[in-house]
Amino acid sequence: MNPSSYIVLSAILFSIGAIGVLVRRNAIIVFMSVELMLNAANLAFVAFARMNGNLDGQVVAFFVMVVAAAEVVVGLAIIVTIFRTRRSASIDEPNLLKY
Amino acid sequence: MSEAVTDVNTGEVVVFWVCAVLAVAGALGMVLSRKAVHSALWVALTMINLAVLYLANSAPFLGMVQVVVYTGAVMMLFLFVLMVVGVDASASFIETIKGQRLAATLLSVGLAILLIWGLGSALSGVPAQGLDAANTADGGNVQGIAHLIFTKYLLVFELTSGLLITAAMGAMVLAHRDRWKPAPSQRDLAVARVLGDGPVGNLPNPGVYARHNAVDTPAILPDGSTSDVSVPAPVRARGDERPLDRVDIEQVHQITEGPTE
Amino acid sequence: MTELMPAEGVFSLIWLLIALPLAGATVLLVGGRRTNAWGPYLAILTVATSAVLGIAMLVSMMGHSAEERSIGQTLYSWVFVGGFQADMAFQLDQLSIVFVLLITIVGTLIHVYSLGYMAHDANKRKFFGYLNLFVAAMLLLVLANNYLLMYVGWEGVGLASYLLIGFWLHKPSAAAAAKKAFVINRIGDVGLGLAIMLMFATFGSVTFGPVFGAAGEASEGTLTAIGLLLLLAACGKSAQFPLQAWLLDAMEGPTPVSALIHAATMVTAGVYLIVRSNVIFTAAEWAAVAVIIIGLITMWMGAVIGSAKDDVKKALAGSTMSQIGYMVTAAGLGPIGYVFAIFHLLTHGVFKAGLFLGAGSVMHGMNDNVNMRRFGALRTVMAITAGTFIVCYLTIIGIPPLSAFFSKDDIIHASFERSPVIGILAMLAAGLTGFYMTRLVAMTFFGKARWEDDAHPHESPKVMTIPLVILAIGAAFLGMSLVYWGNIETWLEPVTGLQEVPLPLPSWVYETVTLALVLIGAAIAWTMYARREVPVEAPHGSWLTRAARNELYGNEVNDALVVRPVYHSSRWLVWFDNKGVDGIVNGSAAFVGGLSGRLRRYQTGFARSYALSMVGGAVLVVLALFLVRVS
Repeated sequence: MNPSSYIVLSAILFSIGAIGVLVRRNAIIVFMSVELMLNAANLAFVAFARMNGNLDGQVVAFFVMVVAAAEVVVGLAIIVTIFRTRRSASIDEPNLLKY
Repeated sequence: MSEAVTDVNTGEVVVFWVCAVLAVAGALGMVLSRKAVHSALWVALTMINLAVLYLANSAPFLGMVQVVVYTGAVMMLFLFVLMVVGVDASASFIETIKGQRLAATLLSVGLAILLIWGLGSALSGVPAQGLDAANTADGGNVQGIAHLIFTKYLLVFELTSGLLITAAMGAMVLAHRDRWKPAPSQRDLAVARVLGDGPVGNLPNPGVYARHNAVDTPAILPDGSTSDVSVPAPVRARGDERPLDRVDIEQVHQITEGPTE
Repeated sequence: MTELMPAEGVFSLIWLLIALPLAGATVLLVGGRRTNAWGPYLAILTVATSAVLGIAMLVSMMGHSAEERSIGQTLYSWVFVGGFQADMAFQLDQLSIVFVLLITIVGTLIHVYSLGYMAHDANKRKFFGYLNLFVAAMLLLVLANNYLLMYVGWEGVGLASYLLIGFWLHKPSAAAAAKKAFVINRIGDVGLGLAIMLMFATFGSVTFGPVFGAAGEASEGTLTAIGLLLLLAACGKSAQFPLQAWLLDAMEGPTPVSALIHAATMVTAGVYLIVRSNVIFTAAEWAAVAVIIIGLITMWMGAVIGSAKDDVKKALAGSTMSQIGYMVTAAGLGPIGYVFAIFHLLTHGVFKAGLFLGAGSVMHGMNDNVNMRRFGALRTVMAITAGTFIVCYLTIIGIPPLSAFFSKDDIIHASFERSPVIGILAMLAAGLTGFYMTRLVAMTFFGKARWEDDAHPHESPKVMTIPLVILAIGAAFLGMSLVYWGNIETWLEPVTGLQEVPLPLPSWVYETVTLALVLIGAAIAWTMYARREVPVEAPHGSWLTRAARNELYGNEVNDALVVRPVYHSSRWLVWFDNKGVDGIVNGSAAFVGGLSGRLRRYQTGFARSYALSMVGGAVLVVLALFLVRVS
């Protein structure tokens, strides 16, 4: 194996995350799938940093973590708020913005 | 300096394969679990394996941060919200949108194949530089990352710090519950209870008629039925309520209605 | 080409000839009701002053030698674009001065007459304003030294004609007649416009001097084209075939208008154009032949129509058409005839004005009735009118020694000099002239009175009869004086050229035969209309009579050839605009609407569907990237 196998692993994790977003109906599980995709991207960054021989990839991965954390905070707050009024955590429920 | 490292030592190969398999297993477990809490735990498994992979890739700082921030903070946050939202909503695997599942599988598998094929073939012959030089340049991995953050990526750093503050404020605003009426005082609650429909007195705590004092054993009502409210809802939702045997019911009957002839 | 002398002395006031009536028109039309009281008198004053100035300029010009009689006055450089230059400049030569005198003198008399004729009209100030505008435009037309400025005057008289024909605009027939006159004139104007463009393209200038000087160098085809285009313009303005349909309808206007515009001056502008452009027509033979043919056709058309009309003004209009046909024929004959065309134009201007004003006087006395079948024996009540009318009548049929005897017979001689066919046609038309004019006079002034019950015919006031008398005197003596006292031929020769061709027979033969034909025609008409009873209802008549009454179906031909195709094509265009153009516009709107109706179904509201399309897009992007890289 060579360092490019990390990239392959990242691609696989990303795709699994994509399926999770598209197939599951529970909002929190969809969110977790999104986190999985971000993690896959982080893995790719770190592997590329190793390939390129500088730490820029790791710095970017660090910032991705920061942003992901912020995103989780706000996203979950939204889910809680929606849950309070609708008593349901399904993302198929709020479908009023339609034709 | 060191030459381009294309060969990896066997230790790394072992670590890679173990962690990779576990990570993929965790990911699949998350997607396919019925209960939300199980999904959260599978994800945590994936994250820890990824942290190990970071370590294998000469990114010790990032690996530790992954454990602390992602597995520690983010996943805990997820679990807390799951508790608020309620674990009793168990996922039904019937797809309501037509063609969604088929299209999703096709597209994601297609995406995976494209990425793997493309990236794999593009990068297979590329030599990896290795991070020995970069890690020792400033006297360590952390120092190297710090050097970059505070010189080259300073603006990004400032922006993301602003982002974090905003996120925290946003969460506070969103999760805040406005009181429309003043909070009911104890007297109000008592008045409501007396005027209401339900039982005025305390409900029987689990164990009033108890033959058992386990949380998962329901209390028996005078007529021999079980009291639903005596078992916590999560336990009931998980289906962990323990059934009663005939002896217990008989005994309660005798206590309440006298011995049967 | 004679050089233009500078404008000194009285000639420095050439511009004033036009400016005075123009100022009069402006004051009257812009001033509005405030000028109602004194407006008409101001109008008369401006035209009279122009007449006096014109006479002064004639006297001064007669003092010059023959080569020095062309005066040029440039006011300012008007159009100066690239290589094209046209100045606001005037050319007063022997040809223009006679026109100036005709327009201003006859114009003044008609202005005075209108004081009486339009005395009861509420809008008479506007009428005088329009009359002044007309005089100014006509003077500009004859005084311009380049074709572009002449075109301005050409258009101006067309405008004045429209305004004056439709003066009683509450009458739908008058409004329609004005519109018809304007539209048919416009077709002629296209000819003049194209001729000017062609002149500029060929000669590089449209000023008379350079154009006529270089005419010899242009190709015969170009000159013929220019000549035919000028002929088209002349047909429009002078009501020649095929653009003659408007003249009879133009009689809807007040009678002074018919006298001034449609007898004496505007309709002669076409003849002026041809004579002024004589260099071009002399060089382009086929164009000249076309002029002759048009002139002959119209000569006969006018005479035939005039013989059958019961409306006195329309009969006189037919006569005008015919007499202008004479002038146009003479102009087409070339240097042998240009002078006589102008000669006849001058005499015709005087006697036709007299005839029209006389008819107006008759109508004034008969409650504006124009039906000659309701006239009869008017000489007993309207002596002065009848007297002047009969003098003008004798002139027009060519009784010696009155004016038209000289002018018309000169044309007949010139026709015979060219070809016996033309000569015989002109001679026979003279006989027909005698017929229809006698019919008119007999039905109006002689025979039994066929008046309607409420008609009280009376003589017109002096303000109307005095101009009649002056015109009758002019009609009687003008011809003589222009031959014996001051010779019109030698006067005009420097401008038009004059060629003497010997006649096959001595001239008195032609004059006698013509006179005989005229008397025969007059006798026939007298017998039919003075001796016999004139029925009050028009009898059915032969096919020729009915055709003549219907103006030889000229209107029907116009309708079929022009009006109906235009109407149909415009209807088709409207249909195309509604269905085609609007269809495209509405169709594209409907298409967009339908498309958006289909597309909005994609907004299902489910976040997962949107996520699916996002992933789909990502797959496409990755695919595209790899395809680019791989290929």
